[in-house]
Amino acid sequence: MSVVPLPQEVRMPDLSRVALVDEVGVNERAARFQTRSIKNESKVEALHMILSMIDLTTLEGQDTPGKVRQLCQKAIHLHDAMPGLPHVAAVCVYPTMVGEAKKALGNHDINVASVATAFPSGMAPLQIKLEETRIAVDDGADEIDMVISRGAFLQGEYRYVFDEIAAVKEACGKAHLKVILETGELGTLDRVRRASVLAMHAGADFIKTSTGKIQPAATLPVTLVMLQAIRDFYYETGRMIGMKPAGGISNAKLAIHYLVMLRETLGNAWMTPEWYRFGASSLANDVLMQLQKQASGVYQSADYFSKD
Amino acid sequence: MAGSTARVPVAKTYKIYIGGKFPRTESGRYFKLNASDGSVIANVCQGSRKDFRNAVVAARSAFGGWSAASAYLRGQILYRIAELLEGRSDQFVSELVLQGVSRRKAKKEVVASIDRLIYYAGWSDKYQQIFSAVNPVSSAHFNFSVLEPTGVVSLLAPEDSSLLGLVSNIAPIIVGGNTCVVLASAQLPLCAVSFAEVLHASDVPGGVVNILTGFAEELTEQFASHMDVNAIVYCDGDSEVAKNVQVRAADNVKRVLARCDQDWTADAGQSPYLISETQETKTTWHPIGG
Repeated sequence: MSVVPLPQEVRMPDLSRVALVDEVGVNERAARFQTRSIKNESKVEALHMILSMIDLTTLEGQDTPGKVRQLCQKAIHLHDAMPGLPHVAAVCVYPTMVGEAKKALGNHDINVASVATAFPSGMAPLQIKLEETRIAVDDGADEIDMVISRGAFLQGEYRYVFDEIAAVKEACGKAHLKVILETGELGTLDRVRRASVLAMHAGADFIKTSTGKIQPAATLPVTLVMLQAIRDFYYETGRMIGMKPAGGISNAKLAIHYLVMLRETLGNAWMTPEWYRFGASSLANDVLMQLQKQASGVYQSADYFSKD
Repeated sequence: MAGSTARVPVAKTYKIYIGGKFPRTESGRYFKLNASDGSVIANVCQGSRKDFRNAVVAARSAFGGWSAASAYLRGQILYRIAELLEGRSDQFVSELVLQGVSRRKAKKEVVASIDRLIYYAGWSDKYQQIFSAVNPVSSAHFNFSVLEPTGVVSLLAPEDSSLLGLVSNIAPIIVGGNTCVVLASAQLPLCAVSFAEVLHASDVPGGVVNILTGFAEELTEQFASHMDVNAIVYCDGDSEVAKNVQVRAADNVKRVLARCDQDWTADAGQSPYLISETQETKTTWHPIGG
């Protein structure tokens, strides 16, 4: 295990100086993204981009090595009947499945992301969270999706949450760290903004909305607030942070609206799988069905696409 | 002054019915429905292919629950539709009259529609026995065939029989556990929208029946080609329409059912065979002995 020295600038931010969120304004702005109409070639381009940004996910208690292998096959062969499709960015699994996923993906240029730190509740002692992170990384995880301690955050123990993220970042080594805020449990957009700032300062490479286990999961307004936090962090420090909305984005049309929002908040530099991901399980097939519809003119059925 | 001004009548907005909700068409298009004297009766939604797509999604997601419901429950629900239609028969009669049907014929049509629902409610747990079979095979197998609903059915309802024709086609589809997306008569669309309200109030789960208004010329192609539709029923059109439907339905090998020139008031307008037409036969070979 190698210890990566923390960068100089890892310092607890002053959360009292974090800008307050105009909730009505955010909701109105987010609603306006949904009125954009993306058609024809632009739609096909957007759909390809969405596919390349998907973290194909299975996070169920009933997951088996067989299920994970199936998911990896899906990641590699999205829909062979349609040549020229991009592959997804990563598959996202539990730590015990990392080895299996790594093996199944072989030489393909698809990352393995592992949730860690007692996902989804985060209710475990810090040593256990760090140990879990290290095991996942040692097994070959390229990316770690950690959850923050929402209870501590809501109690105002910001220092605890900050140190925890920084410690997990250290345990990640060279693996990328995505920090899940679980916005559905934070309650207000102000807290979402504060948690985003905290996570970015503590060393997150990505910030992520949700585990997918709590409703509401990702929404446009919450994602917009996080994107704005990323933008302001970039202006402040010059560091780019990635964004991953996860949970509840199950159709292509909604995903396109997320891309519109990304383009208009952070710009083109963020519009690659390196800086933006969708955490989803059923989104890929809907995107594939839309692409097939664009090609054939006929509305499609899930019956003719492999299960994910 | 109050009381001396004539009251402005509150006109009903005729909307489409998708997934247990009454949205307007997403296209924002409407067509005028005129009475015989040329006055406007209503602005009716001109449903689009996106409305159809949304309706198929709703029908598909309703299929699991509806096909798994017991035959007894489906029968009860059909009976319930009949009960509520009976209670609102005056409204349906006046809507038919408004659209130019004579009062005598309108009354007859509404009564026949109610009876037709009762007829199919009764068949709900009986058609299976008629069409299922234990098959003789010369091996050590117990071999039997049973019916299963085909899935989502698209229905281009009869143009001239706007209530009875509609009910006569919807009832056998749904009593067999299918869900459906219906295009109502374009010339006589009012009863279909009001019938959707009856369905909505009669324990029919949202999405089991979805009713659009609009033009067959525009939507037939989509009704026939959608890959997630398992059967199409059409009731009007010449050989050109028939060809168009059949060619487009071939992509996913839909069942294609032509019910043109059918007199829905006649005895032949109701039959368990109409139920069996949107059913698949599953045959099982069960080893015995040995």
